[in-house]
Amino acid sequence: MVSDGAVIQFEDVHKSFDENHVLRGLSFDVPKGKVTTILGPSGSGKSVLLKHIIGVLKADSGTVRVLGQDVARLNRSGVQALRKRIGVLFQSSALFDSMSVLENVAFGLRMHAKMPEGEVRAKVAECLRRVNLSGVEDMAPSELSGGMRKRAALARAIAMDPAIILYDEPTTGLDPKTTNVVGDLILDIQGQIDITAIVVTHDMPLALRISDKIALIYRGVIASQGTPKEIETSEEDIIRRFVRGEL
Amino acid sequence: MTALFKFIGRRAYGFFGHLYRMWTYALASVLEARNVYFYRRQIIEQFYWIGVETLPLVCLISVFTGMAISIQTAYQMSDYVPRYMVGSIVVKSTVLELAPTMMALVIAGRVGAGIASEIGTMKVSEQVDALQSMAVDPVGYLMMPRVLGGLIMVPVLVIFSEVVAIGGGFAIAVLKMGLSPIEFVKGMRLDFYPYDVFVGLVKAMTYGGLITFIGSYMGLETKGGAAGVGTAATTSVVFSSALILISDYFITHTLLNI
Repeated sequence: MVSDGAVIQFEDVHKSFDENHVLRGLSFDVPKGKVTTILGPSGSGKSVLLKHIIGVLKADSGTVRVLGQDVARLNRSGVQALRKRIGVLFQSSALFDSMSVLENVAFGLRMHAKMPEGEVRAKVAECLRRVNLSGVEDMAPSELSGGMRKRAALARAIAMDPAIILYDEPTTGLDPKTTNVVGDLILDIQGQIDITAIVVTHDMPLALRISDKIALIYRGVIASQGTPKEIETSEEDIIRRFVRGEL
Repeated sequence: MTALFKFIGRRAYGFFGHLYRMWTYALASVLEARNVYFYRRQIIEQFYWIGVETLPLVCLISVFTGMAISIQTAYQMSDYVPRYMVGSIVVKSTVLELAPTMMALVIAGRVGAGIASEIGTMKVSEQVDALQSMAVDPVGYLMMPRVLGGLIMVPVLVIFSEVVAIGGGFAIAVLKMGLSPIEFVKGMRLDFYPYDVFVGLVKAMTYGGLITFIGSYMGLETKGGAAGVGTAATTSVVFSSALILISDYFITHTLLNI
């Protein structure tokens, strides 16, 4: 199931933590410029999979190829260079609470891009406009609502013009209205910039709404994958059990 | 019996695991010191927080410590010991022991706990993961500037502490015990060696490094939520305080080889 045009490829990846064999020969690919959603119950290895993509974890065996590079073979500076091309939206937003929204969004630019301060501020304003959050530059993260924090975190994730964006449980803990807002936001960003998105979630309605491709991970392997239509109409037992909350 | 061995084995595994991770963090911190210019903003912030913001507390405690040691010295002396010896003993004990060690314990409470809780909160709220994902090394961004701040600013604080404590001791000796300023200064100069200041500063630098390194390490190792942050802060203070007193003995033994 691995194609050559994929931006991210997992080939027979195994990963264990002591006795816990989390990934058990996982293979799948993420097509360029599309939204791929990884569904799965808690503890199925979704977050472990994301950590392999940004090089925080290395596979015990198998290959993880991101933007054409074998992550396990990259040295420290190679991993850092790769991370600059990947934006991550964390479940808890993970905004730096000692900084203002402007400082949060500008963080990556100030650390890595040798840009004049004026250009940094212009870029921050542009990113905040993309997520419909203009005018909050001087506010602290603690002054923002849950939805606004997600927007600010998304603005930070896209500030470095990444090729890939990872959404880690983007709607967990949000009310239905804000969940819809986050879904719209993901689609908006997808419409505005050429980016490959991976969404890790257990929110089936969100997955069906925003995805071009859905993969269900269970017991460390991809148990099923397809388009939202295929998944929605699938009679596969594993998918029906996931939808019914039996996994 | 098997359960006992399992318990001991788990504890030993945990202990050596900590030692190994501390070693790797320490090594990474030293290597990150190459990037001082890249992290200059964080380093200046830490110098300010550890040094300038801790200074009022250090001065307050030092002045009272100096006054207390002056009274206590006079109290312990017999009538056969010249009174100007108060100055000598105040200076000697302040420079060699009181200023570096007592201030280090105070700084461990303020700075060490502050570092552990700040980094611990960042850890449990995924902010450390966010740093990594943005190609920023948490050791370089969080640990190295704090350790550098401790290594440099704690000795500076100790110098302030020595001056203020001796000033406090001088004031009490002159105003309350009837020593003349000349007598006190005579005592100060009688048995003073610049090497004593060096020993005090070696202690201060060691303590500064220990406090900030352990605070940062405990913060980066934090697990769980608010309870984990509290545990990290407490452990940081307890562990730092114990290491300060243990290293105090070894430094004193090594440098004052009598």
